[in-house]
Amino acid sequence: MLKLTCPNCGVTGEETEFHPGGEAHLKRFGPGSSDDEFRDYLFQRVNPRGVHFERWRHQYGCGKWFHAARCTQTLEVFGTYTAQTSEIPQNIIDAIKSRRPDWEPEA
Amino acid sequence: MSTRLKSGGRLIDRSRKIGFTFNGKRLQGYEGDSLAAALLANDQVLMGRSFKYHRPRGVVASGVEEPNALMGIGKDHRFEPNQRATLQELYDGLVSESQNHWPTLDADIGAVNMLMSRFFPAGFYYKTFMAPRAAWKHLFEPVIRKAAGLGKAPEVADADRYEYFYAYTDVLVIGAGMAGLKAAREAAEAGARVLLIEQTAHIGGRLLTDPVEIDGQSSDAWLEAERAALAAMDNVTIRTRMMGAGVYDHGYITAYERVADHVAAPDAPRHRLWRIRADRVITATGAIERPLSFAGNDVPGVMLAAAVRDYVALWGVSPGDRTVIVTNNDDAYRTAIALKQAGLEVPVILDARPAAIGALPRQARELGIRVEVGKGIASVKGGKRVKAVEICAQAGEGSTLETVECDAVAMSGGWSPVVHLWSHCGGKLRWDDAMAHFAPDADRPPTGHDGQGFVIAAGSAMGHLNAAAAMEDAQAAGRRAAAEAGFTPSEGAAPSVNVEDEEPLEAVWMMPAGAGPKLRAKAFLDYQNDVKVADVHLAAQEGFESVEHTKRYTTLGMATDQGKLSNINGLAVLADSLGAPIPAVGTTTFRPPYVPISMGSIAGEARGAIFKPLRKTPMDAWHDANGAHWEPVSDWRRPYTFLRSGESVEQAVTREIKNTRTNVGLLDASTLGKILVKGPDAGKFLDLIYTNMMSTLKVGRCRYGLMCTENGFLFDDGVVVRTGEDEFLCHTTSGGSDGVHAWMEEWLQTEWWDMQVYTANVTEQFAQVAVVGPKARHVLEALGGTDVSKEALSFMGFIDGELGGIPARIHRISFSGELSYEIAVPASYGQAFWDALMKAGEPHGIMPYGTEALHVMRAEKGFIMIGDETDGTVTPHDLALSWAVSKKKEDFIGKRAMERADLTRDNRKQLVGLATEDPATVLPDGAHAVEGKNVYGDPHTIGHVTSTYFSPTLERSIAMALIEGGSQRMGQTLSFPVSADKTIKATVVDPVFFDKDGERQNV
Repeated sequence: MLKLTCPNCGVTGEETEFHPGGEAHLKRFGPGSSDDEFRDYLFQRVNPRGVHFERWRHQYGCGKWFHAARCTQTLEVFGTYTAQTSEIPQNIIDAIKSRRPDWEPEA
Repeated sequence: MSTRLKSGGRLIDRSRKIGFTFNGKRLQGYEGDSLAAALLANDQVLMGRSFKYHRPRGVVASGVEEPNALMGIGKDHRFEPNQRATLQELYDGLVSESQNHWPTLDADIGAVNMLMSRFFPAGFYYKTFMAPRAAWKHLFEPVIRKAAGLGKAPEVADADRYEYFYAYTDVLVIGAGMAGLKAAREAAEAGARVLLIEQTAHIGGRLLTDPVEIDGQSSDAWLEAERAALAAMDNVTIRTRMMGAGVYDHGYITAYERVADHVAAPDAPRHRLWRIRADRVITATGAIERPLSFAGNDVPGVMLAAAVRDYVALWGVSPGDRTVIVTNNDDAYRTAIALKQAGLEVPVILDARPAAIGALPRQARELGIRVEVGKGIASVKGGKRVKAVEICAQAGEGSTLETVECDAVAMSGGWSPVVHLWSHCGGKLRWDDAMAHFAPDADRPPTGHDGQGFVIAAGSAMGHLNAAAAMEDAQAAGRRAAAEAGFTPSEGAAPSVNVEDEEPLEAVWMMPAGAGPKLRAKAFLDYQNDVKVADVHLAAQEGFESVEHTKRYTTLGMATDQGKLSNINGLAVLADSLGAPIPAVGTTTFRPPYVPISMGSIAGEARGAIFKPLRKTPMDAWHDANGAHWEPVSDWRRPYTFLRSGESVEQAVTREIKNTRTNVGLLDASTLGKILVKGPDAGKFLDLIYTNMMSTLKVGRCRYGLMCTENGFLFDDGVVVRTGEDEFLCHTTSGGSDGVHAWMEEWLQTEWWDMQVYTANVTEQFAQVAVVGPKARHVLEALGGTDVSKEALSFMGFIDGELGGIPARIHRISFSGELSYEIAVPASYGQAFWDALMKAGEPHGIMPYGTEALHVMRAEKGFIMIGDETDGTVTPHDLALSWAVSKKKEDFIGKRAMERADLTRDNRKQLVGLATEDPATVLPDGAHAVEGKNVYGDPHTIGHVTSTYFSPTLERSIAMALIEGGSQRMGQTLSFPVSADKTIKATVVDPVFFDKDGERQNV
């Protein structure tokens, strides 16, 4: 059972206090998008063995959504950060690179 | 015979006799006995029957790894099957029974299975029961079901209670043997909070049986000093009878405390499930001795060598008068020495190695014990008890060289570290060829939130079977754990341990090495599941190369002991059959719990009324006192109907409907979700959430709205009220309020975070009552306070006013087709308002009605219900709700999906009404409509019934259904086969059965 720290309220809690929300940084495709774009938005998900960005909600706490960067293989959590961003913050990138020097953010 | 020795037994108190029963027989033991020890002391070597062949079995081990001696313990409300006799502490009046036999343990009919064993090879389920199909149902399944399972399930409710306990610690040490004590002491001295847990009732581990010299003193003195030192420290907690059950992500550990299994009628929770967070975990879980695979190694009286000397040293019990030792290592000589020193006979030690030159063999020889090297057991003679062993050359094929009479056999195939807890969360193993075992690979531990290893294996659990090495390792482990948890450990050398050096063992996976099929078919690997060496050979021959596949095919290691004795031997045999090295074959996955834990401990306090909290409306007590027949609606309970004396449920529902349609009815609608959406962008936001346009709604007006997922499927509906320029109140379904609120927040926080909108779930802030029926207005007018006339409050209007002195938010909306007001009052006024309505409505014949009347009346009007007409694959268009899907809006959730080809095709399942040919016949809910044949030649399903009732208003059955191309089928007659010889015919009609023009609600 993971431990996560909510960046909104600062509480470190058990996984059961949070609710997972799947892959982070998806771009929404609405009316006007192609079938392929829309399909990918709805269904295509990365499933990396390694660095991954996820959405979580502090369900039984402050109720806020946030993002977590963690390793699916070692379960290491590199950091958590606001959900109100479409970019991965620099401090998170730095934290990941300090532990995974070969890792590069996807363009 | 097995018997109590005249002296010895450090755990028992010979001054305190304890009476207990086994299969109804009254027996006696001593305080401190385990059930297994007490049975052996009474010469009860036969303790159970095996699962598949019903072979007679005796106890093999002395601890948690015991596969055979499983008992039903207790009686009536305190009965539990499959308990290990080795773990069960004796108490006065304990009731035990053996398992898996009929009619008695001694004379068991199922034992005939062994004679049939060649018809029960590995994978016999899969091979034997393939065909013919009918035989499965009528022949195989009944027989297998009767035979399956070990113990009997309890038949009455459990009288005991159970609980959870949450704990946080810097360092958790699992196992309080020498290594665990040392590691705990080191971590504690550094200042770390330490929790030390021990699965047995005693600290000391193997030192209790196998004493050594530590820093020049006896290990007993050292143990007492360590115990006292730890007990005196405020930062240390020691718990016995508590097993480390599972290790999970980020230092989460479950531990199972058997609080009261050792007392007859506990005044305490029986079990306690600890949920622990630890910075570092030290697994000082020791090692388990392996059996040797020789023919007849399961005959009662054949035991693990270390277990034999445990019984002698701990409980003063000798498993036999003449015990043959068979081994591939030096450690088993300790058993020979212990037996000899207890005055018992050891006719011979059979050592499979070509030479036995170590210190322990020398001691044995000095005691006059005969040692035969390069020898093994060809076969054990005896049925329910060992009678003799046939000796053979280990290198040969099993020709008998000599027969030695004996009544017990102590075997040792080496030791395997207990790596389970290390492995649960991803710790990797390395194969140690010299020791012939898997041990934790210190370089690949399970990792925590910081990416660092959080489990440290120590002592023999790390593979250090020599006590001196184990002590050094444990000290280092304790210091490392403390340092990694942020403390400064002390320095200095480890205590010196004086213990005999042992010569290397020699791996023996089959005895004798060249054993033929006949011997292999009687050499058991997994005692509990009756898996033999021959079965694993066969699986390998049949192409089961993966250890995980072989496990499932042969059931090796799948019993309640999870292969604690059998796994290494089994995969070594598999590796040998495949001609592959053991590490290449690998191990099966270690999964928690380490030893089975009670279901009660997992449930904890959550049973009965507190299993799941019940949500109640403010008027719940009134309903309960007035005949409510309850039904669960998500977490709520709601009255299905209000029963009057002498009425059936059906009669009550009919009465409520008729009264509501002719007079006035009252419905507690408090469970409806109420979400406040407020802010300058509230309208814009709701335009995206709902399929309809909400931003154009005028203040004081209501609009029925639909919510879809991004897939375009309808998932919730309800009336939206504009209560102010920048404020909306969104009603949701009763079960949907929390989900819809979360849904709105998700979009606001993660997609449209620039919008200025707040949401609040105010569901429980209001009590809501629907006043429904032709006389509804009279009732409200009698209360007075707000003008609710047609002119002042038209259909789909809203007024924030008061009624009878109570603040009231009055919505003129209808889910029944009648003149209807839904009135929300502050929750604390709920009961008073209900009482006022009942009183004011008395002259008008007011009656409360329940959810079933609500359902029937909405179906009469063709109103859909989320969860009945929708199932997560239904669009608003499918339900003829296109009028509620905006064509003007550029975007809303689900709009893009509705453009997909699959969501626009003509022959989607669409909502229709159904009128059965016989008006008295009510279609079963979910009945399938069929038409033509599908590709298999079976009837092709074109849809199913979603709502179906007998309508008291129309005095006929009504139904709604989702039917392929339903909108084009008006007037068609459909077939609903409901059983082999009955088909119901129904005509497709408009789903609005009653008052199509809405004249009743527009008054």
